[in-house]
Parts: sequence; structure tokens; C-alpha cells
Amino acid sequence: MSKILIIIPAYNEGTRIAEVVHRVRELNPDFDIVVVNDGSRDDTAQNARTAGAEVISHPFNMGYGVTIQTGYKYALAEGYDFLVQIDGDGQHDPAFIPRLLAPVLAGETDFALGSRFLEEASYEPSLARRVGMIFFRWLVSTLIGERITDSTSGYQAFNRKVIGFFTTEVFPCDYPDADMLLTLHRAEFRIREVPVRMHASATGKSMHTGWKPLYYMFKMVLSIFVTLLREKDVSR
Amino acid sequence: MDTMYTMPLQQQIFALIVSVMVFIVVVDMVRRRKLREEYSVLWLVTSVVMFVLVFRYEWLVALTTAIGAGLPTTTLFLFSIIFLMLLSVQFCIKISKLTDQVKNLSQENALMKLSIENLVRQTPVRHNAQAESAGPVALEENPKQRP
Repeated sequence: MSKILIIIPAYNEGTRIAEVVHRVRELNPDFDIVVVNDGSRDDTAQNARTAGAEVISHPFNMGYGVTIQTGYKYALAEGYDFLVQIDGDGQHDPAFIPRLLAPVLAGETDFALGSRFLEEASYEPSLARRVGMIFFRWLVSTLIGERITDSTSGYQAFNRKVIGFFTTEVFPCDYPDADMLLTLHRAEFRIREVPVRMHASATGKSMHTGWKPLYYMFKMVLSIFVTLLREKDVSR
Repeated sequence: MDTMYTMPLQQQIFALIVSVMVFIVVVDMVRRRKLREEYSVLWLVTSVVMFVLVFRYEWLVALTTAIGAGLPTTTLFLFSIIFLMLLSVQFCIKISKLTDQVKNLSQENALMKLSIENLVRQTPVRHNAQAESAGPVALEENPKQRP
């Protein structure tokens, strides 16, 4: 039987992480769960451990991209065949894990991306975010030549080949989304979107606050541009 | 020789002192291992260029004409700014590399910590010796394993 790992990146999610772990465990009892604690200042690690998850703790806060990559490195070292990634703030509905995994398990795709826009019941992001999302949706879809509706989604499932690929320096640790999809596409991995349900974050806390959206736009456009300039990665 | 191609004596002395001082200080810092060789290159090259220009002032004048500047002092200021910019770029490159190395080290550290914790948990008989080698962090994270 295939070894499947669910990774949950978490930063200061002490109040919600236990519930997320319980819910993921309840719906997917056969999968291993690892919480990657990104140097939280609260009791995230303790609560996740008590809830029954393995916990990897960063010595200090290093950001979302580094956190998920730590999870990938763990999955690779422990010999997992498939990986599911779900956020620790309860935004992603764990009931959709089997649906997200199905095409990857069936070998129909290498990388499944959960899209909130293919599922009607998902929440609507703010106007500013929607504008940014529409721009990157258009850009990524054009460059990849495939319809991508939710390029910023952190709800993903993929196979061991992609896990190995993401543990190398090609993985963009600084906001990995649109440029990551492009890097995957250029390395000739198959990408497919799967409808999932996402809720608005309970605290409204987001990675994209203050000046960060501007930096994000700049970084993403630059990153996509240099990805296009790079030689195609054939290391896989 | 045309006055345009000579440098006032005070200027010559001052430039010589500065270039020689920079050279000596940088070499000495490398000798005392306070500065790595890779960072000394730009400083040493600059001091040598200053030294040469004191005796070959006409080169500076030729350069001034070539880049279309009005006065040799403008050329000097321009190149000192370029020098500082190059230095900043060098630092940015190094910082990017260091950030990457710190990231990889921290990830490895986090994964090793988990492995050690699991080892300590799985081998209760030998846990004393292992906990000692794991250091105080592992003990803190596993209060139940404390003797």
C-alpha cells in the first residue's frame, strides 16, 4: 500500500491546530500527519503533538515556503509516495483530501491543485485580492497553456517525483505559487486542478497584508520572468 | 607638461597616503583573519587604482574626456559611487547565499530534532545516554522522558 503523508504548515495556530489535526485524522485515518511549526511563539507545537500529529519545529520563523519545503524534505527522507498539503488555519476543508488525491493516486496527474473557484460554496476573497488573482490566473494559464483558476492555492497533492523535485533549490521558497506552477510545467510535470471548498480564515489573518501585496506582485512577476529565462530543468 | 595633466602636490601626497593606508589596513585585516580574501579584492583594486592615478594623472584626464565629464574630480566621485554600488551588490549576493544556507541548516536542524525525539521516545532503556547526546533542547521538548 502507498505511503501517504499530510503536511500542515502552521504559524501561531495554537487555537486551531488541534481541531484541524483532529478533523484531518477523522476523515483520513490511514494517512500520517505532520505539522510543520514555523517557529510559532504560542503552543502550536504542543497542541499539534497532543492531537496526535508528528511535529517538526523550525528554530525560528522562516516563512510559508520554507515551512512547506521542510515538510517535503521530511516526506522524501521517510519514503512517502504521495503528499497532501493543507493549511493549518482551517481554511481548507479536509473532506476534499480524497478528491484531491484521486487523480494523483490514479497516475492521471503528477500535481493536483485545489481550486476554490471550481467549487461554488467557497468564500469570495476581497476585491483587491480578486484582481491580483485574476491577473496571475491569466498569466499562468497563458504561460502553461492550461486553464488554472486558483494559482495561489496552498491546497495541493502530488507524487514522489514532485516531492523530490521540490526539495531541490528550484523550489521558490518566497511565496511559492504562480512561479512554482510554471517551474513544474517547464519540468514537464502534469498539473491538474481539482475543485475544493475553502472557508474564509477565522481571524482574517493573511500572508498578504500591508505592503506585502505590492512586494508579492513584484516578486511574482520577476520570478515568472526569470523562470522563463532559465534553461528548462531536466534534473528530474 | 601641460598644467591640465599634473596634479597639485598636496593632492598627490593626500591621495598617496590614502591609497597606501587603505592597502596596508586591508592586507593587515586579511592577515589577522578579520577580513576574508574574497571581500578584500575590491578594496585592494581601488587602492591600487588610486596609487596609479597619482603618477598617471593623464589617464584620469583621458578617462574624464572619454566619459564626457567636466572635471577629473567628477570622474573620481562617479567612480567612487560605482565602487560603493559594486560593494553593495557583492554583499547582496553573499546575503542571498547565506539566507539559503541558513534555511537549509534550519530545515535540517528541525528534521534532526524530530528524529532524535522519536529515538528517545522509542528506546526508554537507553534514553538517558541518548538524551545527553541530544542536548538540553530534546529534554525540554520531552518532559515525560526526564529521569
